[in-house]
Amino acid sequence: MQNILSVQSLTKKFDDFTAVNSISFDVEAGSIFAFLGPNGAGKSTTIKMLTTVLKPTNGEIQINGFNVLKEQDEARASFGIVFQDQSLDDELTAYENMVYHAVIYKVPKKERDERIRTALEIVGLWDRRKDFVKTYSGGMKRRLEIARALVHYPKILFLDEPTVGLDPQTRKAIWSHIKTLNEERGMTIFLTTHYMEEAEAIANKIAIIDHGKIIETGTLEEIKEKNETETLEEAFLNLTGRDIRDENGEASNKMRLMGGMYRRRRH
Amino acid sequence: MIEVIYILWLRQLKRYWRSKARLVGSLGQPLLFMVAFGFGFGPMYARASGGANYMDFLAPGIVSMSILFTAVFSGLEVIWDRQFGFLKETLVAPITRTEIMIGKTLGGATIAMIQGLVVFGLTYLLGFRAESLESLGLGLLFMFLIALFFTGMGLTIASKMKDMHGFQMIMNFLIMPIFFLSGALFPLENLPPAIYFISRIDPLTYGVDGLRGALTGVSAFGVYNDLAVILALSAFICTVGAVLFSKIEA
Ligand SMILES: Nc1ncnc2c1ncn2[C@@H]1O[C@H](COP(=O)(O)OP(=O)(O)OP(=O)(O)O)[C@@H](O)[C@H]1O
Ligand SMILES: [Mg+2]
Repeated sequence: MQNILSVQSLTKKFDDFTAVNSISFDVEAGSIFAFLGPNGAGKSTTIKMLTTVLKPTNGEIQINGFNVLKEQDEARASFGIVFQDQSLDDELTAYENMVYHAVIYKVPKKERDERIRTALEIVGLWDRRKDFVKTYSGGMKRRLEIARALVHYPKILFLDEPTVGLDPQTRKAIWSHIKTLNEERGMTIFLTTHYMEEAEAIANKIAIIDHGKIIETGTLEEIKEKNETETLEEAFLNLTGRDIRDENGEASNKMRLMGGMYRRRRH
Repeated sequence: MIEVIYILWLRQLKRYWRSKARLVGSLGQPLLFMVAFGFGFGPMYARASGGANYMDFLAPGIVSMSILFTAVFSGLEVIWDRQFGFLKETLVAPITRTEIMIGKTLGGATIAMIQGLVVFGLTYLLGFRAESLESLGLGLLFMFLIALFFTGMGLTIASKMKDMHGFQMIMNFLIMPIFFLSGALFPLENLPPAIYFISRIDPLTYGVDGLRGALTGVSAFGVYNDLAVILALSAFICTVGAVLFSKIEA
């Protein structure tokens, strides 16, 4: 199988702090790849480097055969992305946000209205399309961001915690649509999530990152087998420890009190 | 290409049009300046210049001022886009950085131009008249070039700023001096050498002088010299902006 994404010794340092520490991995074309890890592990930083938003301190990235650092325009034409943090224009309506996206992603004019409509219907926002985004709830904004990413058909779609804050119905609808895109169009999906059951249900291949390093890769079965666990969640907890992470990605005991809660961190 | 530039342009215009508060609020300052300075300094100016009308001198300056502020502000809006996350959406799209720069420059320049036209209308109410239809045409060209240059400057600065913390500093140490030392309010004559020097490297000096020359026929450097300078400066700043823009991270 051919690789659509290939990463070699990718590193990102913020001053002295190494957020991503020389990671290497490949993603097969047409697969669904889950990139898992505790808060602050370096998932979003990696995705930002893969999508030209951040410049790596070191390393090589190839997407769809293009060098992401040197052939940025070609690489950008190959992917789509839903960021973890908000990236909508609040002062525009939902529909205007969609049109803006469709135009800058060069969706053919005659297909535009149809595709926008389909995408908005999938996330249940067609009736609210004329409302300003600033009047949307958090979950509706999230749905709109996902709908926006479904308007063009990239070779590889990055989803950074796409379903955070969404109700189960919406999550189900979105994943089933993403699976359809993957199967029918051969679109590669690269996702991060903290819902282990989502990763279990959808991913062909899983990588677990902690403290900026990849500590495990394989299929769901391989990971469960290697760690001798019944579920992905058990394996994940065994690998990354049971302590809750503080802001620096260090395990912190005082936060243990907060129990199984994790916060939605957007940056 | 054209469509991409158009949609970027359209977004900025929509945002401008929808923020009525900004639209109306930004008219207060030019109006105040015109009334305060116009009536305050008018008699003095008339005496000193041997009977010339201060409003003829001041009106092009105030029009330039409103274009300056609106244009710089529109350019700096990119910083808000960054803070609210929307900049990423544009930057990861498969469009060239040049397209983004052109779209944003034209968007900001159009807004500044509209603002300038409204203020120009106000000066008409206060009795200011362009010499002829041709001089009006040339004046509009100057207004657009001033808008273009300062939007480009705002964008260039914005590409180097991470957040709005530096905004006050830019206003007080760059934009205000550019305005006050451009000859918008008083003639650039008999000045101390330092101020004289600054006024000569102030891009707005040539914009104001050109606009005044075009509209009233009185200019210090000659309208076509002004035109050459401001054209060259606009081309320069847009090139610098495009280069810096190609390097920004969201
Ligand atoms: N711009 C920045 N400047 C300094 N440090 C940063 C910056 N961006 C991220 N970091 C740090 O890098 C580390 C990795 O952050 P990242 O956002 O990649 O984590 P993540 O795996 O996406 O976590 P989460 O699950 O909470 O989204 C964190 O410790 C974070 O504080
Ligand atoms: Mg993250």
